[in-house]
Order: sequence, then structure tokens, then C-alpha cells
Amino acid sequence: MRLELHNATVKDVQWSEKTCLKDNVLYVNREEAIKVVAEDENFSDVQLDLARPGESVRIIPVKDAVEPRIKLEGGTSFFPGFCAPMEPVGEGATFVLKGACVLTCGPIVAFQEGFIDMSGPASPYNPFSGTNNVVIVAKPVEDLEKHAYEKSLREAGLKLSIYLADQCKETKADDVEVFDKGTILEENNQYPDLPKITYFCMSITQGLLHDTFLYGADMKHIVPTLVHPNEILDGAMVSGNCVSACDKNTTFHHVNDPIVLELYKRHGKEINFLGVIPTLESTVLAGKERSTWMNANLARQLGADGVVISEEGYGNPDTDLCMNAKKCEDWGIKTVVISDEAAGVDGSSQGLADATPEMTGFVSAGNVNEMIEVPAMEKIIGFPESIAFLSGGASDSLREDGSMYVELQSIIGSTNELGFSKLGCEWV
Amino acid sequence: MTFRVVHYINQFYAGMGGEDTAHVAPSSREGVVGPGLQLQNLLEGEGEVVGTIICGDSYYGENMEKAQAECIEMIKAFEPDILIAGPGFNAGRYGVACGDICAAAGEQLGIPTVTALFAENPGVEMYQKKTFIVETTDSARGMRKALPNMVTLSLKLLKNEKLGPAKEEGYLSRGIRKGFFHEQTGAERAMDMLLKKIRGEEFETELEMPVFKKIKPAAPVKDLSKATIAICTSGGIVPFGNPDHIRVSSAEKYGKYNISELTDLTPENYESIHGGYDRVYANDNPDVVLPLDVMREMEKEGVFGKLHEFVYCTTGTGTAVANAESFGQSIGKDLKEAGVDAVILTAT
Amino acid sequence: MVREIENTAGIPVVQIATIVPIMMTVGANRIVPGVAIPHPVGDPEAGYEGDQKKRRELLNRAFKAMTTQVDEQTIFSE
Repeated sequence: MRLELHNATVKDVQWSEKTCLKDNVLYVNREEAIKVVAEDENFSDVQLDLARPGESVRIIPVKDAVEPRIKLEGGTSFFPGFCAPMEPVGEGATFVLKGACVLTCGPIVAFQEGFIDMSGPASPYNPFSGTNNVVIVAKPVEDLEKHAYEKSLREAGLKLSIYLADQCKETKADDVEVFDKGTILEENNQYPDLPKITYFCMSITQGLLHDTFLYGADMKHIVPTLVHPNEILDGAMVSGNCVSACDKNTTFHHVNDPIVLELYKRHGKEINFLGVIPTLESTVLAGKERSTWMNANLARQLGADGVVISEEGYGNPDTDLCMNAKKCEDWGIKTVVISDEAAGVDGSSQGLADATPEMTGFVSAGNVNEMIEVPAMEKIIGFPESIAFLSGGASDSLREDGSMYVELQSIIGSTNELGFSKLGCEWV
Repeated sequence: MTFRVVHYINQFYAGMGGEDTAHVAPSSREGVVGPGLQLQNLLEGEGEVVGTIICGDSYYGENMEKAQAECIEMIKAFEPDILIAGPGFNAGRYGVACGDICAAAGEQLGIPTVTALFAENPGVEMYQKKTFIVETTDSARGMRKALPNMVTLSLKLLKNEKLGPAKEEGYLSRGIRKGFFHEQTGAERAMDMLLKKIRGEEFETELEMPVFKKIKPAAPVKDLSKATIAICTSGGIVPFGNPDHIRVSSAEKYGKYNISELTDLTPENYESIHGGYDRVYANDNPDVVLPLDVMREMEKEGVFGKLHEFVYCTTGTGTAVANAESFGQSIGKDLKEAGVDAVILTAT
Repeated sequence: MVREIENTAGIPVVQIATIVPIMMTVGANRIVPGVAIPHPVGDPEAGYEGDQKKRRELLNRAFKAMTTQVDEQTIFSE
């Protein structure tokens, strides 16, 4: 399968009469863009706002981040099962507004949305302080059922990102990345001596605002399966969750999956990248056993020598993480896990809810409880008082002057367990 | 400004003798004694060893409270900015004394303290969280490296400089996890680590697996029909409106609620504020997390004696283990005093 | 928390929770497997009767656990 990503660099975002990309500036027609979102009758009010890197802006509470992309060849629209019809992805060419991002924001649905600061001490903790963001702030109609609101807001983010990409896709890309990998059989024949590696992409699959979608299917109802890495890069996975904001895999993170990208980089040189196994984090013990046995069996049947395992969330999924590591290691398949730690605000607590001696290769994505002091921002997009309800915040987190003392937990993507950032933990 | 340094050593390093003088009581001298001279030189004028406290290892070991108090008084008299003890290398009694006096000085005098021990010295496990223990080799042959490392770390502490990871700063970790930005992303680090593992090469994990404490099971209830049972939960079930403002995650406290008048938990009187699971079911009927309704029925039927009048609730997601332990101790004390015979604890 | 309550009060503490491996790891001595994470002692999907029946069944198991002598961590799955 061969996929070209046509990256058009976005260095700024501005309102204008016509939505287009010119000289690396993303221009957006505000009314037209609002209409794309406001079509959904579940919203009583839709506002759009812009946030650029370096600005004194706070966006809160953020639910998802979506990178605007659209198929040029080999598919229609983007996000099969949502905005695109049910069709396979991962081949042909895809247009990417690189450096732009759509963020969805609205009154609190559950406790685990997060915030983004475009400048200041919180900004190194996620990629969105470095992207030009178009923010949807959408209020639900009165008494709208929570699941319906979540769905509408999720789809609004996807729709708007496609609208933006669609309007700009005629623009010539600044660079083209090629992802070319054959079938497992072809690659095994070409590189018989390279270690075979697969990747378990553990995804939260636990209910309202804790769901993930694969080709539009709610993953809590599926069993683990194997996909070609191009499918992940080309929008097969969509996030329907917040988990806790810090270790959420946003839809943006999925199409930019750093593990997929790193494995691809080394494919044919140091390793043979077999493919990706998107898998579940169930709320029942039988479900955890089922997923982890199936993951291990898939790895074994593929002849994997090693697996990279990423977690989403913390707490009960730590058990799935341990099971995945143990079952593979017991069958001679080497594992490395990437996970964050809940080591307490003073850093002295046991960081995992569960442990197993076989988990000997651990890469840390940081301590979710670490405290951070953030100053007031000149502009707030969204609802600042919601910090009182966010995981990582408390009723006394927000001060009158607008500054906050909160846990890293409340910053979207701060301890992302795909290993997106350079953050980690050390013993002091 | 020159920092005032006080140095603690044992009878051997003070040149008094070996085991034969190990019972000598604490004494105080102005300026340097023994290895203190080299310490002074290494400070290069930034600090001055204003005094040295000497104590016999056996005296300290056999009279810990007394020795500690006596030494603290002597240390205090010099008005130090920092206490440096040892190095003790692998000497057990000396290591314990160094650790103990540093921990005490830190706590009582509010000054930074530094000592230096071999990783397996018993003093390390006892005191590593309460002072800074520079890592040394197992014998005094390591003196040439130990002293400079102690001085470097001491000056950083005195100047309030930001410290890097323990292993980079050369001391044995105080058991605290702190965030740092690496050179590589987590994904890159994971790949490197996996390749090393597959090739059978040495690699370093970023977090070692812990070993959890277990306790001996309590004796069973003898007569259920007479027993008082309490129900508790970490599923975040609280009276509607969360009157105690228990956090949705990383709970700092628990709530104690009187349910003696209640026979059922409904969305009107109770709710779930736990941030880590889908609360739809719990908010619709809180009994599916905290089983008050059926407990009341069974109490009426005489299955057990009495349902305790209080329930204890907190949220279990992201809750620091240390907090969970202290909640447990506090709740346990309450229940013991109230004469409760057994507890049912539900968790999500 | 469960371990410390038991340790401090010296009385049996039965933990009802779904993720049994975590209960084992944190040291709970008497464990009753729960139904699901969002509803450990209930089964709302089974309707009012089904939910009540399930709750009673789990509580009976908890009573069995608290009146049984155990010398090590024990899971009471029936």
C-alpha cells in the first residue's frame, strides 16, 4: 500500500471572505464555517474563534483536536464511517493542512476535558500551542442527552476540519511524504533477517466520553484486529473520548501517531514493521482477558519478535497494560510499554494501579499529578470556571486574577502515551 | 557570603581510634577535623567548615535519641547553613548515624543536609527520603570521588539551584518522581529500548516495577446475625451536590455521611462525582455502586445485625496511594471505635 | 485503602470490584468480583428485578467472604 501525504504548511490563520490557503495563511470565511457546524440541530449556539501560537489565549474545556485532511486520490472526503462513506483508506494521496488544527469546545459533558494555553508555562506540554487553531464553541440545546451532545460535538470537529481541507486542497503542497509498505508476506521476503515488530494501540473503550472508533465502529463492541499502518495515518481511527485530558489520544494524535511514524522510519533498515493492532480497554475482567489474549495471539501468529504497547488513560487500563506485557513476554515476544504515571502531587506515590514483573521495558510519559502554575491569559475561549470540575483541577484552582494552579492532568495531551512529546519522569 | 558548614564524623575519622573508641560521647570542635580539611579545600572559599561534631558509632547506635539530641545542640551552636555528614561508605553504624543526624538536622533546623553512603548501607533505606545521600563505592578508597560530589551537591542546595535527576546529580533517589523533558520523544525512546531488548543488549527501564505490601487477613466474623456492617466506596458516591467538594480525581479527602434515615439511594439524594467511569448508571441509581437498598432489606430480614449509620466515600481515580493509605487508616480507626464488625468496600 | 482499613481496624474488609488483578496487587484479602466498572454491585441492563437479584447475590457472597477464615488473598467468585 502506498500513501502520499501532501503537506501544505499553515503559518497563520485569519478570517476572510473566502476560505482558502494562500502564502501559507489559512483564511476562513466565518459565516460559512459556522454554517457547516450549525447544521446540526442539537446545537443552540455555535461560535468560532481563532487561536494562534504565542498568543495570550486559553481554550477550555477542550474535547478533541482534529488535523484538517482530505483525500485527493484513493478515497472520498476523510474519516470513513463518519464524514466519508465506508471505504478503505491508506492508499493514494491525502491533502494535509499542516500546522492547522480544529478544536472542539463546549460546556462540560463529563469531567475529563482539558485546556490549552497558547503561550506561557503550559504551552510546551502539548502540540496545540504550536498549531493555528480554529475553535468551535458549541452549546447544546436544553436537556440534550449527554451521549447525543458528545456525538454532535465530535462530528462537528470532523466536519469542520474536512470543510477547511476541502476548500484548500487545490493549493500545491510544500512537501510530500511517502509511506510505502507491502503486504506482510512481501516484506518478510524482502527483509527476512530484520526483527519483526508490531504495535498494540490500546484505546479507551469504556463508555460516555470514553470511546474510540475504528472505521466508524465503536471499538468497545469489536475485538482486536490488524490494520496496515497507512490506515492509521489516513484517518481510520477517531477519538470519542477525553479519558483524562493529559493522556487522551486526540484524533490529531491518531493521524500523527508517533509510534507508527517511528516504526515506519526504521522499517526496512532496523526492523520489519508488521502492522498495527488497535485494541480495547474493557470495563469488565473477561473483556480485558479477551482483548489481551487476542492481542498476544495476533502478535504470535504474525511471528512478532517485539511489540510496542501504548496505553490510553490510567487506573483500570493499567491492568490491560500488565496483561499485554506479561502474555507476550511469557511467549518470548519482547515488549516495551509507554505509559504515564499517577505518582501523586508530590511525586512520591506508586504511579501504576497494577504492576507485573514482566513489564521490564517501561517508557514514562510523565506524572499526571505534577502541579503547574499557569498565569492568567488575556483571552479565554470557552468556559474558564469549568476548571473546577476537570480532573486535575479543583474548586480552588482558578484564582480571581485568572491564574491557575492545576495538575498536568488538566492539560490536553500533556502526558500522551503514544510518546508524542519528550516528557518523561526521573527519580529525584 | 560564605556558607557556614558543619561537618559530622565518627571517632575513626577524627583520629581517636577504631572499635576501641566507638563508645565515645559526642564532642564539638571548631574548624576542620580529619577529612574536613579536604572538604574545606574543595569548597574553594564559597563555604567554610566552621565546626565539626564527632561521635562514636556505638554511642550513637545504642543511644539514638540521646545522641541525636546532644549532637543537634552542638550543631545548632555553630549556626550552620548546611550539615555534611561522613562519607560513611559501607560502615553500617556510621551510615545509620549519618542518616539519622542529617534527617534530624533537616527537620529541626530547617537546613539542607548531605551525606554519602554505599547503596547497600542500611542507613540508605532508612533515611534516603529525608536527606540527600551521595552514592559512594563500598570503601574509603572512594573518598577522592565522594568528597567533591558532596561539595558540588551541597553548593547547589545552598544556592537553591534546580536539580536534575538523582542519577545525574550523583545521589541516591529520595523516592520522588519528577517530570523532565528528554532529548527524544517517548516513541523514539520506546523503539530504542525495544531494539536493545530484542538484541539482548543492556537497557535501562524508565520505571522499575514496584512490590505492593500485603497484610495478614483479619479473623472472620463469628456471628453474622449480630454483626454491625459498614459499607464504603471509592466510586465517588456522595450526597447530591457534593457538599464536601470531594475532587473528581486525585481525591484529597473522603466524606463520612449519615445514612441512618435512608433506605435507598436515588438521583434525588445521591450522585456520582467520580471522573473515571461512565456515571450514567450510578447517577440513575447510586445503589449499583453503593448498595444501600439491598443492605437495608437484608438488615430487616435479619441476615446481619445492623447497618452502620455512616458510609465512607471517596473517589478512587488518580488517588495517590499515600492518600488512599491515610484514608484507610483514618476510616479504620473510626470503624474500630464505633464497634463495626466488618466492612464491604466497593470500587469502580 | 482496603488494606489499611483492615490493618487498622482489625476487622474483615471485603472488596467488591471488577478489576480483580488490581485488588490482588493492592493487597485486598477478601475479594468478590464485581459486575462492571460503572456498576460493580448492580446490573442495570437486566432491568429492576435483575439488578436487585444481582446485588443480593453479590452481597451474599460478601457475607460468605467475611465469615470465612482465610490465610491469604482469596477470591470469592461464588
